[in-house]
Amino acid sequence: MAAPMKLPRWADVALVPAVSVVAAFLVAGIVVLFIGEDPLTVTRVLIYGSLGSGYALGFTLFYATNFIFTGLAVAVAFHAGLFNIGGEGQAMLGGVGLALALLFLPVPPFLAIPLGILAAAAFGAFWGVVPGYLQAYRGSHIVITTIMFNWLASILSVYLLVNVLRPPTSMNPETPLFPTASFVPAMHELGAAVGLELPRSQLNASLFLALIAAWLVWLLIFRSRLGYAIRTVGANPTAAVYAGISPRAVTVVAMAISGALAAGLAVNELMGYQHRLLLEFTSGYGFVGIAVALMGRGHPVGIILASLLFGMLYQGGAELAFEVPAITRDMIVVIGGVLILFAGALDGLFKRLVAAAFAGRAARPVAKEA
Amino acid sequence: MDAMSLLALGESTLRLTIPLLCACLAGLWSERSGVIDIGLEGKLLIAAFAAASASYATGSAYWGLLAGIGASTLFALVHGFASISQRGNQIVSGVAINMLAAGLTAVIGNAWYGQGGRTPALEGEQRFLALFDVSDQSRLVQVLFGQSFLVYLALLLVPLTWFVLAKTRFGLRLRAVGEKPAAVDTAGISVTGLRYVAVILAGVFCGIGGAFIGTALSAGFLPGMTAGKGFIALAALIFAKWRAWPALGACALFGFLEALSIRLQGVDIPGLGEMPVQAIQALPYAMTVILLAGFVGRAIPPRAAGEPYVKER
Repeated sequence: MAAPMKLPRWADVALVPAVSVVAAFLVAGIVVLFIGEDPLTVTRVLIYGSLGSGYALGFTLFYATNFIFTGLAVAVAFHAGLFNIGGEGQAMLGGVGLALALLFLPVPPFLAIPLGILAAAAFGAFWGVVPGYLQAYRGSHIVITTIMFNWLASILSVYLLVNVLRPPTSMNPETPLFPTASFVPAMHELGAAVGLELPRSQLNASLFLALIAAWLVWLLIFRSRLGYAIRTVGANPTAAVYAGISPRAVTVVAMAISGALAAGLAVNELMGYQHRLLLEFTSGYGFVGIAVALMGRGHPVGIILASLLFGMLYQGGAELAFEVPAITRDMIVVIGGVLILFAGALDGLFKRLVAAAFAGRAARPVAKEA
Repeated sequence: MDAMSLLALGESTLRLTIPLLCACLAGLWSERSGVIDIGLEGKLLIAAFAAASASYATGSAYWGLLAGIGASTLFALVHGFASISQRGNQIVSGVAINMLAAGLTAVIGNAWYGQGGRTPALEGEQRFLALFDVSDQSRLVQVLFGQSFLVYLALLLVPLTWFVLAKTRFGLRLRAVGEKPAAVDTAGISVTGLRYVAVILAGVFCGIGGAFIGTALSAGFLPGMTAGKGFIALAALIFAKWRAWPALGACALFGFLEALSIRLQGVDIPGLGEMPVQAIQALPYAMTVILLAGFVGRAIPPRAAGEPYVKER
């Protein structure tokens, strides 16, 4: 099994992820059969519910925006050889940051949106930098620290919302509404401004922010000096030292960027839609970001495509829950889990299968090891 | 605080320690053999669901326990296949296990019972209740001997783990695989085999812990009911520096903190006012971060943990 795997570039970049996606959907189909529903009906509802109308498409793109941010966050850390599973916590802190800024800082209305975005990025970056610093300078394992930081962020947000930020008259653990000037305009409002009639949905201008972020990440990783340093540290930290790059500094910087990107989720969800800070708004998007980054192979274009797929699954999954009551939206979590397993942990297996198919022989039995 | 409420706090600590202990020892076996396991949470969850459903279907908590162990071991084997046979990324695989368990339990639970993912409430023989009838004894005796079978089973796993790892040939080899697998391989012993045994044991232990959560601690399954216990167990494992007896101590400490935070909810402490329970809830996580960073003491994981073993070189 140590035979060299020579694959054409397009097969490595597109075919291997595609095969793992198909395999993941087959597994999901088996789960659907297992609970006694028809996978074809489910697929039809999923596709129609996510793409079948302008309204559905709007929601699909709204969810995709979340995944672009969290996927990019995981990918930037990946390029530096770091596994940041703290996206949930970083996004949560980003939400706390923008809420504090928008509710307590006296700002002129035209600055409210940039200020909110900056505050979210700063708080998210901070929640990423601390584990990064501890890994770089104190030797803590970043995976464990980011897991702990997710829980700390969640506990902190409960404390703030229940004891501090909640208006005394309200029973719900959420902040008052943000000032109107901070609302990121919805896409149908923007469309109306230029005379286009778009269906109402949660989709807002944060989508553009996500696309710009994706372009900036591409510039950063593949076209900049810092990106080169990040990729060098990710590929071989020892070699990086000889190239005059400090792996420690790169680790901290990469985690700062990663955390700031994850906080984009808070901008889309809170400034674009909810207009207040509430509990659990990250609802697993940070973890799905891992699947998105793995499927997208860490490349912004791949991440946008994978985000669209997951956006479809989320929106279609919501429709599915109406049409086929036996299936809940948690089906998407199953698909996400299988995809992470296939595209992330078993990628070697799928690569070998594709390589074997290319070599024109049957796939050899996997992994015989003494 | 009077004696009665102290005893109640003690009992609650004991019961909250058990699932942590099972998951912590599971992680101990796995990581001592060199396989990082952040999928403890997922294994606890799937085991809790399988145990509650099987117990409901058969009317016997013991069948529930078996189903819980089976489901958790199946997940452990997936993790083992990915990380041992396929040399995949062990962290990624663990994340996948956690998501799979969260999704599958909710989807299947909802499809089977239509109660938003819950199982119906378990009654009588469907739950693990007190092993000995001590209802006419003193409160202290009740706390010590009025617990369910699983409590004593889990506590027995501590000396068992310690003895096997520290005093047997198998244990020595297993620890060696986690430190320097090449040496074990050179001695003609299967690295793969030993790691699979460790991963399966981790599955069995999580199965016991999950069954306890689903059929003893609560009367049935709720989606997401493990609520981070698997991660607290991971923290306890680091705190215990991957050793069995300290693991009992760390789990008891974190179990006590959980019991305390439940008890202090909305209680006014003289001089301090109402204590935010979140401060206590955050302690296990914060303490682990501080310990790992080496500010207080040092926790060093098994040397080969997280590295797939490549034979030919």
